[in-house]
Formats: sequence, C-alpha cells, structure tokens
Amino acid sequence: MSEDVTTETEDASAEDDVAVDVEPEPEPDPNAVTIELNGRSVEARKGELVIAAAERHGSYIPHFCYHPRMSSVGMCRQCLVEVDTGRGPQLQPSCMITVSPDMKVDTESATTKRAQEGMLELLLANHPLDCPVCDKGGECPLQDQAFSHGPGESRYVEEKRHYEKPIPISELVLLDRERCILCDRCTRFADEVAGDKLIHFIERGNQTQVMTFPDEPFVSYFSGNTVQICPVGALTAEPYRFKARPWDLGQQESTCMGCSTGCRIVVQSSRDEVLRYNGVDSEPVNHGWLCDRGRFGFEALSSEHRLTEPMVRTDVGLTPTSWTSAMAATTGLIRQALESGGPSSIALIGGARGTNEDAFAWAQLADGLGIEFRDPQLGDGLPAAILGLPRATIDEACSAGTVILLGPDVKEELGALYLRLRGAARDGATKIIEIAPNDTGLTNMAWKSLRPQPGRQASAVRELFADPEIAEQIASGDVVVVVGRSNLAESPAATMAALSEIVEAVPTATVLPALRRGNVIGALSVGLAPADADHDAIATLEAAAGGKIELLILLGADPLCDVPDHDLARRALAGARSIVSIDTFPTESTRQADVVLPAAAFTEKAGSTTNIEGRVNDVAHRVTTKGTSRPDWMIAAELALDLDDIVGDLPIAMATSVEEITDLLAATVPGFAAVTSEAVEREVDGVVVESQPSDLADRGDEASVRNSYSYRLVVSHKMFDRAIGTAMSRGISKLSVSAAAHLHPLDADQLGAGEGGDVRLVTDRSSVVLPVVLDPRIERGNVWVPFNASSDQGGGRVESIIDARAAVTDVKIEVL
Amino acid sequence: MTAQGSYAWTPGYFYDWESTEIFTGRFPYEDSYTLDRYLETGGYEGLKRALEIGPEAMSGEVKDSTLLGRGGAGFPAGVKWGFTPQGVWPRYLVVNGDESEPGTYKDRLLMERDPHQLIEGCLIACYAAGLSQCFLYVRGEMALAHERIAGALDEAYAAGYVGTDILGTDFSVDIILHWGAGAYVVGEETALIESLEGERGMPRLKPPYFPAAIGLYGQPTIVNNVETLANLPYIAANGSAAYTAIGTETSPGTRMIAVSGHVKRPGVYEIVNGSTTFRDLIYGDDFAQGIRDDNDLKAFVPGGGSAPWFLPDQLDIPFEGKEASAAGSMLGSGAVMVMDSTTDIPEAALTLVRFYAHESCGKCVPCREGGTWLLRIVERICSGHGTTADLDQILEVGQSICPGDMPHASSERLGLEAVPFPYKMTTICFVGPSAYAPIHSALTLFRDEFEAKVSPSPKRVRIPVAVA
Repeated sequence: MSEDVTTETEDASAEDDVAVDVEPEPEPDPNAVTIELNGRSVEARKGELVIAAAERHGSYIPHFCYHPRMSSVGMCRQCLVEVDTGRGPQLQPSCMITVSPDMKVDTESATTKRAQEGMLELLLANHPLDCPVCDKGGECPLQDQAFSHGPGESRYVEEKRHYEKPIPISELVLLDRERCILCDRCTRFADEVAGDKLIHFIERGNQTQVMTFPDEPFVSYFSGNTVQICPVGALTAEPYRFKARPWDLGQQESTCMGCSTGCRIVVQSSRDEVLRYNGVDSEPVNHGWLCDRGRFGFEALSSEHRLTEPMVRTDVGLTPTSWTSAMAATTGLIRQALESGGPSSIALIGGARGTNEDAFAWAQLADGLGIEFRDPQLGDGLPAAILGLPRATIDEACSAGTVILLGPDVKEELGALYLRLRGAARDGATKIIEIAPNDTGLTNMAWKSLRPQPGRQASAVRELFADPEIAEQIASGDVVVVVGRSNLAESPAATMAALSEIVEAVPTATVLPALRRGNVIGALSVGLAPADADHDAIATLEAAAGGKIELLILLGADPLCDVPDHDLARRALAGARSIVSIDTFPTESTRQADVVLPAAAFTEKAGSTTNIEGRVNDVAHRVTTKGTSRPDWMIAAELALDLDDIVGDLPIAMATSVEEITDLLAATVPGFAAVTSEAVEREVDGVVVESQPSDLADRGDEASVRNSYSYRLVVSHKMFDRAIGTAMSRGISKLSVSAAAHLHPLDADQLGAGEGGDVRLVTDRSSVVLPVVLDPRIERGNVWVPFNASSDQGGGRVESIIDARAAVTDVKIEVL
Repeated sequence: MTAQGSYAWTPGYFYDWESTEIFTGRFPYEDSYTLDRYLETGGYEGLKRALEIGPEAMSGEVKDSTLLGRGGAGFPAGVKWGFTPQGVWPRYLVVNGDESEPGTYKDRLLMERDPHQLIEGCLIACYAAGLSQCFLYVRGEMALAHERIAGALDEAYAAGYVGTDILGTDFSVDIILHWGAGAYVVGEETALIESLEGERGMPRLKPPYFPAAIGLYGQPTIVNNVETLANLPYIAANGSAAYTAIGTETSPGTRMIAVSGHVKRPGVYEIVNGSTTFRDLIYGDDFAQGIRDDNDLKAFVPGGGSAPWFLPDQLDIPFEGKEASAAGSMLGSGAVMVMDSTTDIPEAALTLVRFYAHESCGKCVPCREGGTWLLRIVERICSGHGTTADLDQILEVGQSICPGDMPHASSERLGLEAVPFPYKMTTICFVGPSAYAPIHSALTLFRDEFEAKVSPSPKRVRIPVAVA
C-alpha cells in the first residue's frame, strides 16, 4: 500500500515540475505471475500451465499427450523439464504444473535434455519406424520431435511389439497399434470432448493398446478429430489414406460451409484436387474440432457425378450445350416470364449454399427484376425475423449463465456448436435448459430437460418460467436462446410462439439462431430473405403448384429432397412453367429443369460466408472449378449485364472480381459496412455483423393437445442423410441413416410392434410404411423418423405425409 | 507359540508374548475373526471410548500418537487427516487393502485373522476425521480375506457397530467392501481411487489430484493402509500416551514385518519400532532363526520387492526408516527377503524386474517401455546371450526412469560408499522405478555375477549423425 502511495505522489510531482508526458505506471495485472524461464524473467498468467507459458515465450517444450483443448494427463512424460519451486530443481511434467511466483523453469538444462532424449528413445523403442509408408510422415510430431529433441540413434536391439495392422475401428478410421505411442489423446477426446466414450485402453504395461469395445465400432460424429490430433500415424482416416504426402499438399485457410457453425478449416490439395480438410483452432468458433460431415465432405467435390457443363432441355431431354446458349436460354425464359406474368411470376429459391457474394449478387438481380418470391430456406427453417433479435455469439452462449435450447439436436445439425455447448456445460460454465421433443445429444449434459408435446413448446415455456427454481437460475446471469427447427413435421409457428414467450419473459435474452444450411444467415442478411410469409419458400411452392409461377429459379436448391412437404414440392415443380436450376450436382430437381447451369462448388470460388453468430469469414478458392462451372455471383452478374434493358445498370454487372462484389456488399447491405474485402482478409476470426433490429412478426399459434389414439410425428435431421453432399462423398455416404419409425419401447409394446417389424403411419393425406426401431430416447407419444433417410423398402417416404401448412402431424400407427 | 493358518500355504506367524502386543494379539485363536472372540478380547472398546470423548478429542489422540502410515511412505496419519478441506461433503475413507508388494503379506493376515479390528479402525477413523463413508478395497487375489471381512461386516452390521446410529449415538457410517481386479499398481492410492470409480487402475498425477483434496469421485478422501487403521482401536482404547510409550519418539508403536526367503522360519513378526536390527530379524531366535542350512547371507531386500538391496554389511542397521534411507534403501512395506549364498543374483533380479514390467499399468512411457526393455535385457543375460554392453545398457535405460544418482548400499568388499535413498523419477508412481531399483542394486553390488553370464560385446559401429 505505502509503495503505491509514494509512486503516485512522485508521479504527481513529476507532472507538476516538468510538462512532459509521463507514462502512467501500468496497473499491476492481478493475473500475472512472474517466473524465470531459462534464466530470463517472463510473465505468465495465473493458472497457466508451464508448458503453455514456456511456448508463449518462445521456449518450445516437446510433448505428445498434452493438448491445449483437453485436460492434461501427464502420460508421455516427454515434456519433463527442470522446475525449481524453492526445493531445488526437479524434473516435472510441464503439462501438469501450473506456474507459481518465482518458479524457475529450465527447458534446456542437461538433465532436461537427457530426460527428453531418454523419453524419445523409449517412445521409439517399439515404434515401427515405417515413416516412408506412413501417412503421417512429414507432419508427424513424433518424427519431428525425434529429430529436434531425440538422441539421434536407438540402442534398442530387441524384437519390437507386433500387432495386426491396420484394423478398422469404424467406417472412417483405421488403427495401427504398432505406431501408437499411447498418448491418450484420441481416447480423451472421445470421452471428454465428444462424449462418445467408445475407445479405451485395453491390456496393460507393454501390451497396452487403444481398442474399441467388443462389437462396438467407434461410431462418433467427431471421429475425424482423433485422426487430426494423433501425434503419430496410428489413426488414419480412410478418405485420405495414401492419397498424398504432406509436403505435396498446398493449403489455404477457409471456413467450412457444411453447416452454418462456420468452423475454420484448412483446405489441403494436391494436383488441383482437394484431399483433406483439417480443423483450425479458432478461439471463437470451433476450437480446432470439426464434425465428420464437414471434415470428410470434401470427397463430393471431385465426384465424377458433378455437373460440368450447362444443359438445356430439348426434344431429347437435357442436352449439354455452351454457356452462351444456356445463358441465352435463361435470359429468354426470364423475358418470357416477365412478359406473360410479370415479376410476380418469377421465383428464386435457394442461395444458402453459396457465399455471401453469391447471395448478394442474386439478391441484387432479383431486386432489379422485381422478384418477390424468394427464400434461401426450403420450409425447413424459421422465419427470418429471428435474425432481428439481439444476437449472441457462441462464446457468449458458452459463458452465459443459462442456455435455453429451443430447437434441434445440435449434435446432429451443428456438430461443432454441440461440442462447444457440451464443453461449456461440462465445465460448469453454463447451465442448459433443453426444450426438445425427444432426447438429444445434449440431454445428459442438460441441467433441465423439457419434453413438451411437439407444437406445444409455448405452454412448456410458460410453465417453465413459473417454476421458482428456474426463475432464480434465469435471473442469475445472462440468458442465451439457441433456437432452431426441432421438428420438420410441425409448423415453425410453434417454435416462434415459444421464442416470443421467452423473449417476453426475459427481455435481455440474446439469440443464437441454430439454422443449419451452410450460409443461410448470410443469404438471409444480404437480401434473399422473403419480405413476408406470403413470399417464403412454402408460399412460393404453393404458387407454383397453383400454376402462378412462370419461372422457378433454383439456386442450389433441391426442393424434392429438402422441402419437408414432399407432395407440395412435387406439385410445385410440376406446376412451374419453366425451371432454371443452378447446381453442383444433378439432383431430383435438376432433372426437371429446362436449363441447368453448373455452379462452382466450395473451394472452387472465393468469397465470404456468415455463420450463426453473424461472423463473416473468408472462403478460400483453392482448386480450379470442375468443368466449365462458374460461381453463382458470376452467373448473376452476367444475367444482369444481359438484362440491363430491364434491370438497369446494376453495379454487380460491372464486377470483375469477387472482391469487388464483397466491397459492393459492404457498401450496400445495412450492418455489413465493416465487412470489406480487406477486413475479411485481415481478420483471422472474421468480422461479426450486428443484427438489424426488427420485431418478431407474429407470435404464432400453438398446436392442440394430441389425442390419445394417435402419435405425434417428429421428423428431424441426422448428421448423415441422403443430402447430395453426403451421398456424393464416398466415405460418409456409407453412414447415411436408414428410414425407420423410432418408437419408445413401451409405446411399441402397447402397439404390439416389435423391432424391425413394419408399421404404417397414416395421416388424412397419405401413409407410409416403415420398419420399427425401439428407442428409449424417444418420448412416449412421439414417433420419430429421420428426415431424408435412405430407404430400400419402397414403403414410401415420410416426407410425403407431412403437410407444410399443418400445425403438427398426428399419425395413426397400424402394425403390419 | 505358533498358530497354523486355516490352509496349508499360509505362512506361519510367530509372536513373542513378552513383547508389547498391539494388533496381533488375537492371532493365536482359531476363531480370531469372529465377533464373539473379538468382543471377548476387548473388541470395540476403542470405538466406545472414541464415541465418548468426541471426534475432536479422538483426532487429537491420533495426532498425539504420531501414528505413521504403514503403506510405505510413513506419513503421520493424524496430519494426513487434517489435509481435507473443511465443509466439503461428502468425504470418504478408502482403505487400501490391495497389498501386492512382493514379499509382503502383513495386511493379508490382519484382514484374515482380525477383520473386526480393521472394521473398528475404520469406524474410529471415520468418526475422528468426519468422513461420511468407508470403502474397503481388498486385493482380488485374497479370497479368504474378502470372505472373512464380509462375514465380519455382516456380524458388525447385525450387532449395530456399523450402519446407522452406531451404538445408539447419532454417528452413522457405511462400510463398502470392494474386491480388486488384480493389479499391483492399484496399491498406489490414486490408482486405487480410479479403480474404485470403475476406471482403469492408472495413477493420477499429484498435483493436482491429492486424494485429500480431489479424491474418490472428486471429493476429499483419506486413503489409509490396513495396518495403519488396525492401530487405531489400541490408540482409542488406551490413549496416545500408552501408544507413544512403545517404540521410538519418531516412530512410536509397533509394526509388522514379513520375513521371507532363505530363512529357517519365515513369517510375519510384530516388532517394536526402532528396537530391532536386521540381524535380529534374520538371525534372532524370536524371529527368523537364521539362514537355511546355515548358509552364508548374500544379500537381503529390506523393504519389499521395490527396495534396493542390502548386503551383510548392513545387518546391524536398526529397522527404522531414516537409518535405512541413509544406508541406501527403504523400509517400504516392511518385507524382508533373504538371499543366501546359493542365490543366483541375476536370476533373482530377473524375477523382480519381470514382476514390475508385468505390473506396469502402461500410463508413463518410462515404465511401460523401459520396464519391458530392462526385462528383455536381463532375460537375455540370464539365458546366456548377453554381452558386456548389455550391462551398461541396463544403467542407460535406468537413467531414463530414474535420472541421476541411484541409491545403493555401501560395500566393504567393493569399496563402495552408500548413496542415500530416495531416487529421482520420471514416472508418476513408483512402479517404474521399482523395476529398475532392484536390478540396479543387483548390478552395482554383484556386477561380477552378471559379467560371468555375458560374453564380450562385439564392436559396435557408431554411425555418426549427419551434420547439416
């Protein structure tokens, strides 16, 4: 205290005496701990591990088991350094010791070096040293550190350990137990981070090995991360095995567009072919982790089924043609539609697959043409109005006192967000209140789980807030609502009604929209959002089905696959006079198009994407486009140029590079002013755009209570379904879920339905036959069917019994 | 006085009625493990007195008694109890009955012959240290101990000594008997906690996992050895003054020593701390009564399989922790293993290194890889295929497990000075160093015997590391 006072008076007198700028004494950081590292005094943070502090200050300590995103186990002993805390220097594992004041750390002493060399010699004793044929060779921490910190030669002359190798532990991951150094990284990840404790050590001592449980493969949505963090070549991923050597890979950082979490990845390619994605440790988003759909979805890019040239419908069907004639056909169709039906007879569906620039260019063109029917969602999301609520970031959700999860199973739809929320709940940083129709991946981490009848979430929320314990918890800190569509067989109005209840009860609550399509937030924000509910995707399809649409433009949209109401989609595509489809793959919908334009896929075009938080990050252009395909924005720009007599001089028509589009976007779209091409390039963590305040349009109505003769249908996404990106990726296509009616065992018992037996789900409209799966995670009274699942039984598809306008879908179940 | 075990291979136990008896007094009775016999011989009096004087006074008694833990480290039990943070509930007592150190079988006798004494000890500990539940972890191979403790627990529950409202007071505690699955490393307290939790028996690193702070299920936990707890009924019944009157000032009381190997009368002996030398133990009439066939003594292990060896030079050291450390070894679990002049030293070392390599849990690299490497080398030497280079290689591998000077005994014959205990280690627990310590002292003290088994090594071509 007294010292502080003296300093202050001295400072004051100095200022009085001479009029020079005296640097104010910096406040001593209460979290700073000064330690001595290799003889120099450095500042560490309270609670920081010695290994992290040393690395931050330029003294790299070799390690294998330590991973900054997981708890330390001190297993490999490679990070031993001499630490002196007043009792003389002792060898200590620096991954387990936190810094303390006046600690002396020596990472270069003879004892440290001897210990590190000894440890590497021991690690290599039973390692097969098959680096020339190992995928990891060239990027292998064991190889690298054997060179940098190893003894140079081995004195081990005994027979090495032998195991059968490699053995597949799942469809995607192979295990080589001879290479394994038992660092516990993969097993710790599976247990701590992913919550899929399916791999563990078996045997002991020298025979210890990583293994799955008998007859239980390592089926985890996050298994690819274990391959990435494996410090040797013990775990390899099937899609990348023997495809390249690391030194042949060129790489570029990018943002995954597999879903809207916006994980940072590095795209690695060789010979102009994308061969691997790896997670990049992005502090605000994915912490280095990826889901397997994101990680292994790259295989679709080089699929032989990609659309490579434009096609126009002739007498003999879709015929390949030149871009010139295809574009002429497209402008012809637009002019014809404008003439015969005016702008209200043209509709634009899709746009969430592309970049912000793609969506912006198409929105500008649509504005120019006066198109009102537009929607980047396909009736599978929520009204764009939720983006007008105060937005939360993922970090804010993970540190909020309470997270109210009103929506889908994030484990199935937004993998990395699931990992973040799970981690936050596990660390006790936040409490999760889950409102979902059935158990989700986060149920065992949730503080409270509510299982309202589908469609009746709003009543559940009202009851919830009436509970004094809940009210106390809500009042104790920030509240973040993670909101999305939990059930495709119910109207989004139910979710919106519940959301209104929450926002009314907790006006300070912020919202993290859990909409899943790649760049749906970006597309909605930059101008593709429908003006009102009368012009959204469902309304558009109804108009088309009613013959009111002359031209339906599908911008990377496949309504026949993605619209929950399959019957409506089918009628709409049949009812639209003409269809232009811009897509990367031939889909059920492109087959009905009159003009098909091949689009450049992810990694084939530059730009930016917006994630659920509103974080705009860059998307890298790594490989050349497949065939003659073009980015969506380029197609829009060319159309704008061709149609300048109608749309006038649109600035996008003059753009010659994607950067120009980005800058145009920044200058045009409210809230995006900071998102210049230069800023996107510069900011590693992207630029978070602010939400544009608006009101939730209408509260929406609740569904009625289920009658006891019927079951309420819940249809939602699994991570792997028949979506084209999954189906075209060789590795993950095998994981696609098969169609089945999942029932609670007691309900099935009551019905007399057994596992595997067929049941017919009957609505007023239609029926579908599905095999039964008994699943205790399903709430009683519900029947759950995965959306867009593959079926080889010919019993129909569940999407055909969903009515997009019904509040909920109640089904009668007939046991066959 | 001898008493035979209930089955043939139980080593005989021998007891000198003249010396102070603390916890082996009931052993001679055939029915020593029954509640009736226990009550007849003053059983549960300690518990009654503890309940009378209250928990504070009772834990004070234990602190004053300076009762040292008998698991190997020799830390004062009363002080250990004090490490638990206040006001954190629940908190547990875990009894380490996973006695697996080669040559050690004292806890087994305590559990087989006098289970009620252990149960009473547990109750007193829970009462004095304020612990809410007790887990009794018994080594998986000790079927009889498990059976007897289970029977004793049934009796004690029925008689109201364990359970709710013990002896009419508001003190309640449950004792849960848990059967181990057969791993030496689980004798290490953090590995034992992992095993109790249903995980693999792998040690946790201290810090941060000091059981007193973060133990079983993340709660404060006291882990005590069976023998430590068996002392408590005596202390509770007779007071700390009576206890400290026995033994030395720094290590009061008595302790049990298991003597095995080439002696005439192997067995477990209760000795008064500080009063007995190794010579007494091995040659004394009250104890092992000398070497078999009156052979010469070649070497002996003073404190369980993991301790560095002693030579006849060290026979006159008293059985006391500090003296043993200064002489280059440790008393550990209190097991003396005697090797006479007929012993093939490399083979004896092989037996021990094989055990520790086999028992490595696989967590730390030096133990997992180094232990097996050492085993391979010693195996090769013993099968006649070793070279002189192998002998130095043993010490090199050992340096990766125990860097720096290794403790060993002094030897007049070799002109060696003693290097005091302990060693430094690169592993979490003592299993790794335990694989090396015996082979190191064997090689240091009997290098000639190893050299007799190996042939000169062929010239090694040293390949220079390429210079960039």
